[in-house]
Order: sequence, then C-alpha cells, then structure tokens
Amino acid sequence: MGDTYGSRRLKPARYRCGIVDQPGGRLTPRFGSLCMTIATRQTAAGLDVDKLLRMYRQMTAIRLFEERVNDLYTRALMPGLAHLYIGEEAVAVGICEALRPDDYITSTHRGHGHCLAKGAAPRLMFAELLGKEAGYCKGKGGSMHIADPATGNLGANAIVAGGAGIATGAAFSSKYLGTGRMAVCFFGEGALGQGVLYETMNMAQLWKLPVLYACENNLYNEYTHYSETTAGDMLARPAAFGIAAESVDGQNVRAVHTAASAMVERARRGDGPGFLLLNTYRYRGHHVGDVAREYYRSKQEEQRWMTERDPIALHGEWLVAEGLADRATLDRIHAEVAAEMDAAVEFALNAPYPDPGRVDEDVYA
Amino acid sequence: MPETATAVRELTFGEAIREALAEELRRDPRVVLLGEDVAEAGTAFKVLKGLVEEFGKDRVIDTPISEPGFTGLAVGAAMTGMRPIVDIMFGDFMALIMDQVVNQAAKVHYMSGGKWKVPLVVRATMGATRRSAAQHSQSLHAWPSHVPGLKVVVPSTPHDAKGLLKSAIRDDNPVVFFEDKISYAKVKGPVPDGDYTIPLGVADVKREGRDITLVATSSMVQVALGAATMLEEVGISAEVVDPRTMWPLDEKTLVESVRKTSRAMVIDEGYFRYGVTGEIASVIAEGAFYDLDGPVRRLGARHVPVPFSPALEDATVPTERAVFELARKMCNKS
Ligand SMILES: Cc1ncc(C[n+]2csc(CCOP(=O)(O)OP(=O)(O)O)c2C)c(N)n1
Repeated sequence: MGDTYGSRRLKPARYRCGIVDQPGGRLTPRFGSLCMTIATRQTAAGLDVDKLLRMYRQMTAIRLFEERVNDLYTRALMPGLAHLYIGEEAVAVGICEALRPDDYITSTHRGHGHCLAKGAAPRLMFAELLGKEAGYCKGKGGSMHIADPATGNLGANAIVAGGAGIATGAAFSSKYLGTGRMAVCFFGEGALGQGVLYETMNMAQLWKLPVLYACENNLYNEYTHYSETTAGDMLARPAAFGIAAESVDGQNVRAVHTAASAMVERARRGDGPGFLLLNTYRYRGHHVGDVAREYYRSKQEEQRWMTERDPIALHGEWLVAEGLADRATLDRIHAEVAAEMDAAVEFALNAPYPDPGRVDEDVYA
Repeated sequence: MPETATAVRELTFGEAIREALAEELRRDPRVVLLGEDVAEAGTAFKVLKGLVEEFGKDRVIDTPISEPGFTGLAVGAAMTGMRPIVDIMFGDFMALIMDQVVNQAAKVHYMSGGKWKVPLVVRATMGATRRSAAQHSQSLHAWPSHVPGLKVVVPSTPHDAKGLLKSAIRDDNPVVFFEDKISYAKVKGPVPDGDYTIPLGVADVKREGRDITLVATSSMVQVALGAATMLEEVGISAEVVDPRTMWPLDEKTLVESVRKTSRAMVIDEGYFRYGVTGEIASVIAEGAFYDLDGPVRRLGARHVPVPFSPALEDATVPTERAVFELARKMCNKS
C-alpha cells in the first residue's frame, strides 16, 4: 500500500525530498498530556511530518502504557484483570488520527489503546485502572469501561459487540442533529458472531449514517482461532449490506490511516458507513493472566509477529529510511513518553480511593 | 402534582398515550419515535396513528425487525443529544433487548462515573387474555425493575398514562414504560387537555377504604376496583393503591395505607414467583409488620407459560372474583 495519505492531498511540496517547514507553529491540543507545540511540515509526497511523528509517539504511548499495566498487575497493585492492546497499536492510532476531537468512538474490553489514541490522559486512565477517585469514571468503571465525553469516548464496553448500537446511535444523532460528527465502532473479530452488529450495520447503511465499523482481527476470540468460529469471507458480511469495506494491514499505521481517512471522508459526506477489516495480532495473552498460551498458539507464531510485523518498529524504520526522523529523535520520543507514563503511574498509585459512601452516587442522573 | 392543564375529556388509555407522545414531539425536537410499523401503520395496536402525518418519517421512524439493534441505536442517540422513544410491540420481546437495556442503558451513567446520560424511553406492552398464547402475552415488568439504573412505569388509567409518559420522556434516565394492551381501548377516563406531568415514584390511592389495602398494578387496578365494589356490598371497605411506578417505588404510601387498614393484598399480572408481588409484600411486611392482622397475601399470574385456549388462559390471570374471595377470607367475613 502506497502512502497516498487519504484522498485529501496536502499542499504540493516545494522540494523533491526533505522537509518543508511551514511558517507559524500549530498547537495539537487533543493529545492531552502528550501535547506539544510543533510546526506543520510536509514531506515531498505531501505527507504531514508532524502527524507521522505523532503517530509514532502515540503508538509508543500505548505500548508503554500497557507495559506498565502488566507490571502493575504482576506486582499485585491493580485490582482485577486487563486486556492488553500491545501489538495492535497501529489500528487505534491510524484510525483516531483520521478523526476530529469531537468525533465519537466506542471501545471494547481491549480498549486502552482506543481511549489513549482518542486523547485520554494516561494518569486519569491509570487512576481508573487502579480504582481511584481521580480516574475517568471515579473508579466505578475500571479497565473495561473508560468513558470520557471530553474526548468523544462513549465508553469501552465489556459486552462483545456492545458498542455496535451505541456507535450507530451516535452516528444517527449526528445526522439528525446535523453536527457532522463521525462515530467509530471498534470491535474484535469475535464480535462478528453477534447479531446486533448486523442489525445496526443494516440500519446504518439504510439511513446512510456516518459510522465506521473497525474490525480488529487479531486472529483469536479469547482462546480460539477465528477460523473455528467464523464462516465464509469476513468482508462479504458488510458487503452484503452494500457497505464500503476494505481489508487493511493493521501493522502499518500509514496504511490504516489512509484507509480510515477515506472511509471517514465519504461517511461524513453522507455516502454511508464504512467497514475496515484490520489484520493485526495481540502479542500478549487474552488478558494479563493468560500466560500459558501454547495450547492455542505457538511461541514461534508470536515471535514472528513481534520481530517481523511490529507496528512501532516498522513505522520507526520507515521514518528513518525516509529521512523524516533519525534514531536519536525516536529514542528521545521513547524516553519522553516513558517518563510521562512513569509519572502517570506514580500519580495513580498515590491517588486516594473513593469514599465508600459514594457507592450509591451516579446510579441515576 | 404540577398540573396546569384545564379542560378534561374522556379518552381511552391508547388515546392518552398518543396525546402525550404528540405533545412531547411538538415540544421537543430531540424526541423521536423508533420501532416496527410505527409510521403509517401507527403500530400493530394503532396507538401511534396520525403521528407520522404531523411529524414526518424523520421523527416517526419505521425500523427493521431488529429489537436489539434499534434499542441499542437509541441508547447511543440518547447519549449524544437526543431523546429517543423506542416501541417494543410485545413486551415479550423484552427478552430480545435485555442486553441493550440492562447491560448498556442501565449502566452507562454509573460506569462512566456520572459523565454520560441515557434519556431513553422504552415503551413495551404487557397483559394476557387476548388469546395470543405464550410469546405474546407476558407481563415482564419485574425484569427491568430488578436492575439499578432503570426506572419502570406501569400506568393504569388514561390520566396517569399521559402524565407519567411525559415525565418519562423528560427524565434523564432510561425508563421502561409498560402499557397494558387490553387497556388501550377498554379503559376510558378523564384526561386533562394540554400539558401536565405526574412525577415518577408517587403512588396514587385510587379508592379509599378502612379494612384492607389492595395494592394493584397496571391492568390489575381495574380488577381491584371491581373487587372493591363487590366487597363493599358485603360490608368490607377496601382501599386500592396503585404504585404507578415499580421503580422508584413509593414505599411510604404503601406502608401508610396498610398501617391504617391492617390488611394487605398485592395483585399483579406478572408471574407470581420471584416478581412484583413478592417485592411489594416484603416492603409492606418490613414497614407495617406490627400493624398487620395477618400475612400479606399475593395474587399474580399463574406460574405457567400463558396458554392459548380461553378455557385455560382465563385461569392464569387474577380476576375480580378471586380478589373478592381472598379479601373476604382475610377480613374473616366468608
Ligand atoms: C457477549 C459476550 N460474550 C462473551 C464475552 C466473554 N469474552 C470477553 S472477550 C471475548 C473474546 C473477544 O474476542 P474478540 O472480539 O476477537 O476481541 P479480542 O479479545 O480478540 O480483542 C469473550 C468471548 C463477553 N465479554 N461478551
């Protein structure tokens, strides 16, 4: 897949190669604590260099966030379990980079990556994961239910395909109220087994709703390979409704972004929903406690994906090869993100638990 | 009661519901109706007849036969600035939408630490004796009542139906609103013209009495009132209390009535076991134990799937005669 970067071509380049600096720095406020001031620069092919670097940073942020979640779990500092997104970072980042801050997402049990990519602050996420009052949901939601109106996050959902109705409904209200907002429904390929997904895709296409169904095929529904649960061709399912559907290399953040941008643009135009099948892989277990995995997949398979198909390494190598960043820049990004994540963990560990007296609050609005 | 309406006419239960919906659609552009055959057909029960002509197909929306899908869609629309009302043709189909109602709508506000709201109304029907057999006759209002985060309304009169439905639509929480199918055409009563609301969580004493409290819901209110008339003829003064909402539940009014009468019977069309009658009976027992002359008694739908044959079906629902007999026994006047 070439780096056409969506159908909207950016300004023509002035030089055949290298970076063009645009006058006037631009703020990127949607990245919360990852926010930084950078100038808008473009490559010869018209690619937004800042965006390419930001995608690298965001994928790194998700990776380092998740590594710390695993660490908190193994040190018995985190209540319950968590489903790590490590390996799938390019999917959430490539798609969320195609969205406006006021666009909506619904997420899943494996939701940390989606929430971060949509702009969640790591320290409020960690606080929620540890059940603290400062967390996104005041400790009432936990890992599988991060929700945040400020970043358009309608909520991670622990019911497989639970976001299908909500995302489609958000797209419905976007159309009805004329807000122009897009809704992205993230789900794993396991959700293809749920009827409600097809019911809502049918209505989305009938009513031309601005929703993107983002199916993350990480090959396994929990502990079972998808081929044992999924008949026929996955893309034939959205195609049956006449929904624009495409299969994408989910380890290539630029390919994901290009495909998502095109889908978002046509959906916003009123041309109806889109469906992306994102081929990816989760490196870790179904959840943090799933460590003995050889009964359903081999160590060699895991190793192959990690060494040959890692989305962060691949994007980093591409940035270096294109001359858009050097190793030192990437290392600096990594170090900055690591420091930020450590501070976020520290914040969450030190944050107080909610007063037990608040247990009855928020049942009713 | 914030009643500002003036002229009072006689309307059927169904007409009162239609009037409430029309007035709310007129008042608030965020209100939309979604369901199967709701537009030109005005639903299988014709309750919505005429609404599409006034409000158009953008607001009175025919959906595919996808109850979980359109209920889920309505949850998302409610979270993002609308006030959808979904129409569940037969209350039996609650079984299909339970995930959307119980795991999504009811939990969103709490799980998000109070950040998202779901101002959604699910209108569903209930009630047997229409010879519709086991999958089109159930009264499943106990189900959502069991779940924190939901409000559940069971109106019994046209007046209550209009005022309660308006409150449900204006409420910022998911509300399940159960309409008795038999009452649509059969129950008539005075309904004020124009706008008025009845708060959710306030019971209504439908008839005052001294000797026994008959707590009755939805279709069973008419049955209790009929029984009360029969009881009067044998010298028993029955009070009929209609909780009107299953949740919030007006425990105070129920307990006060029983403290006064010292006897209580609970009558409900839902299944007898693990249901509404058991819950209300224990509320009364806990709140009025020392004022009771005897145990709280209950009448509910027989614990069988609703049968088709009239000879069998009529044996499954509490009748005026059954209420009368039991009340007479409780008052030692058999
Ligand atoms: C309706 C429902 N059924 C079962 C589960 C238990 N469960 C949690 S995650 C999961 C597998 C989901 O697989 P997939 O959708 O592919 O997502 P992945 O975990 O691979 O990201 C299952 C079966 C659930 N949460 N919800």
